Amino acid sequence: MELHRSQRKSSTATTSSTTLPLYRSAPPLEVRLEEFELYAIDRLRVLKGISDGLSRGKKSEEMEKLVRGLLNAHMKHPQASEAVNKDIISHFVLRLVYCRTEDLRKWFLSMETMLFRHRFLSESPESQKQVFSELGLSYKAISYAEFEAVKDKLVQVARLIGQPVPSADAIYYKVPWEEVPELVAGRRVLLHKGYAYIAIYQVVSLVATQFRSYLSKTLSLTNRKWTSTIREQEKDRLTPIVEALCTSYLGPDYSQPTEYADISIKDLEQIAKSSFPLCMRHLFDKLKEDHHLKHGGRMQLGLFLKGVGLKLDDALTFWRAEFSQRVGVERFDKEYAYSIRHNYGKEGKRVDYSPYSCQKIISSSPGVGDHHGCPYRHFSEDNLRAALGKMGVNNQKIEDILDKVRNRHYQLACTLTFESVHGSSCDAGINHPNQYFIDSQKVLQSKNNSTA
Amino acid sequence: MVHEAADMVIDGNEQKPKNIVSNGFDANYLKIYYGKLFPFADFFKWMSYGNDGKHPGSDHSYVGRREFSFTLDNDIYLRFQSFNSLSEMESSTKEKCPFKIDIGPVYSVDPAKRHAYAGANVFTPVERELVFDIDMTDYDDVRYCCSGADVCLDCWPLMTAAIKVIDTTLRDDFGFNHILWVFSGRRGVHCWVCDGKARRLSNEQRAAIADYFHLYQGNENSRKKISLTGPVLHPFLARSYIEVLKDSFESKLLCSQKIFSTEERYEKILDMIHDESITSELRGRWQDNRRPSKNDVNLVRWEQLKNMLQSGKHKSQGMRRHVEEIVFSFTYPRLDLEVTKHMNHLLKAPFCVHPKTGRICVPIDPERCDEFDPTTVPTVAQLLEELNAADMEVDSETDWDRTSLGESIRFFRSAFLQPLLKSCKEEIESSYNAKVQQSKNPLSW
Repeated sequence: MELHRSQRKSSTATTSSTTLPLYRSAPPLEVRLEEFELYAIDRLRVLKGISDGLSRGKKSEEMEKLVRGLLNAHMKHPQASEAVNKDIISHFVLRLVYCRTEDLRKWFLSMETMLFRHRFLSESPESQKQVFSELGLSYKAISYAEFEAVKDKLVQVARLIGQPVPSADAIYYKVPWEEVPELVAGRRVLLHKGYAYIAIYQVVSLVATQFRSYLSKTLSLTNRKWTSTIREQEKDRLTPIVEALCTSYLGPDYSQPTEYADISIKDLEQIAKSSFPLCMRHLFDKLKEDHHLKHGGRMQLGLFLKGVGLKLDDALTFWRAEFSQRVGVERFDKEYAYSIRHNYGKEGKRVDYSPYSCQKIISSSPGVGDHHGCPYRHFSEDNLRAALGKMGVNNQKIEDILDKVRNRHYQLACTLTFESVHGSSCDAGINHPNQYFIDSQKVLQSKNNSTA
Repeated sequence: MVHEAADMVIDGNEQKPKNIVSNGFDANYLKIYYGKLFPFADFFKWMSYGNDGKHPGSDHSYVGRREFSFTLDNDIYLRFQSFNSLSEMESSTKEKCPFKIDIGPVYSVDPAKRHAYAGANVFTPVERELVFDIDMTDYDDVRYCCSGADVCLDCWPLMTAAIKVIDTTLRDDFGFNHILWVFSGRRGVHCWVCDGKARRLSNEQRAAIADYFHLYQGNENSRKKISLTGPVLHPFLARSYIEVLKDSFESKLLCSQKIFSTEERYEKILDMIHDESITSELRGRWQDNRRPSKNDVNLVRWEQLKNMLQSGKHKSQGMRRHVEEIVFSFTYPRLDLEVTKHMNHLLKAPFCVHPKTGRICVPIDPERCDEFDPTTVPTVAQLLEELNAADMEVDSETDWDRTSLGESIRFFRSAFLQPLLKSCKEEIESSYNAKVQQSKNPLSW
């Protein structure tokens, strides 16, 4: 892919008969700098839309509709051939943008795979077959005798996942389970001796997994190229665009506290009441009450507090003051202090970890004794009602919030809570607990200023 | 031989009180344990996975890229230790005398030299056993005999059930063969799946296995207990229920944990049934039931509850499902998922001494896990005594052979290490042949 500042020689991509590219190699195209950025932004809108849909817990069919809508809205181009180019160019630009950290790669990988998956599903059987063979997948359907041998269990799985009971001519493939991890994770397949029996309608998982693992490998390669050459070579041209692209649309990762950087321990109690989102306030209260939190809770609250601006020394003092009441100072220093220093990048791999985003918190699965997770998603209605009452949300608002929760709009529920507690609107919506905190501090400060 | 211990006690008189933890655990005992009993040779063989042989296909850098982590007295952590040979590992361990040895992943480069490889991507984990960590504290809401760090023979069947469910599933469903179960020294068990393909799983595949096992358990915030959704159970859950959980619940835990014995306890179970008419009828019977009965009250009440839920009147699927949900809530394995999901989690090595209990982290035979008794696992103090008593006898190949650790090490060798090394050799052989074949083929380059 060559980049040009403005004038453009048109050249067409070598299009294959399918409209679903596998992005195996960068196209031999010349791209104008403006298009470079504009195409990337359009694709980013699609990926961001998918990400929002997932964090609202949308089901597969709803996602399909959503993806179709997003593609229509952002990826269309008057010229058909140009639409294909736009697809490919924007993908390669975002690869550059999202290759640079583990978190970015993870996000991009999930969203691109989700996009690919839904596009694959809407393809014709012919072109699905073509994709299948382009990916080098060749599996034979199991024989009738083999089908009969496991039929009862296949029927059980089909009923479990709400699919019609397989008949004698049903087609099943036997593949190594490692190639369909998502079907395994959801217990949507029968496993036997290392193989998964997948039905014809589950082939998309195989394809998506292949796509994902290929993309994952190339992202690491891109990252190596980026750090070794591209960043320096392009420091006056592409680098600024690339670096701006991920933050302007996904928001910052809040790993470095900025505006309200000096929070001292004695203020914590106060700001927890005034400015913590419910998930963090719940953890904070539980910590004060039990003088203990399990691993998931320590991570979620600990990294949030780091983002809020609690310095490492203060963090150690804070956690020690609570935990020592339950386990003693010595055990705290032995067993827990390490992981706090670890969060601040002072131990182990020395990575400065980012606070958890809403999406990550919503998709966690708190178990017995855990208090982390998203209260809007993980609390029972009664408990949520009580918690919101304690925050001072009035009954009318509570009903509105519960309504959002029932429709699985957890972040919208949190946004409504913010608005109710602060008496001011929050148009951007809540995407990150640290964003909730910063927005809250802004509101409170402007209120202070106006009364002063 | 244990005279040395006596000498050390005298020499180290001043620091001794600090080092005594309980049950006779003592830093000086540890020194002798590493000096005479810890099975370094077998341990190193295991970690080498056949790459210490002469075969041209073996990777001699393999074992040296493994991270070990030592926890010393006073909680000094030494991470990223690595050893290129048995003697290196042995002398370093004896010198540092770690309270705990953890095993990490095999990295792309020697972890001790990681700083020499600048740039973030060079130093990454490339292999790691698939591991499981089950801890009794996660069962505190379903056991009434002990809590926290304590375990007894009344709650240990929870661990036994977990071992059976997971071991069978790893073998029958996932097709793994080389599985090592280890007592964690106090209140739980660890599982190491060591097949080549298990060691090379990606994080995503590890997470898939963890999720395959995971049942949503709920917590005090959600009030929901286990919910088994869908019209039928997945074949794996159905098998676990029929082969393990039902029996474990009915013939062990029901009575040993006295699950229905008090109002508070049976209310917890009635809470899981969403049918007022059933719960109020049962509650009525149980509250009035003052007549002493020959039969155990827990058995009687469980039968009553089952009859109610499974009787013709309430024959709907949902009501019968409640019986299974109750059994799953009280018996289904609870895993520390994070340990399984990530390649770079550290896990305590087998044959370590637990610094609180002094007990050795011995392997557990999954075939005979019913017989395993955590309260009689040898402690380091006991082993040293045995060693001392046996000192006069002759003709023993090694020191550990004269102690009760011998049985554990022999089991480790015969049931785990030998079959594992055999298949490692086959794997090295066949991948080497494939490579040779490929280089001979003129059409590929």
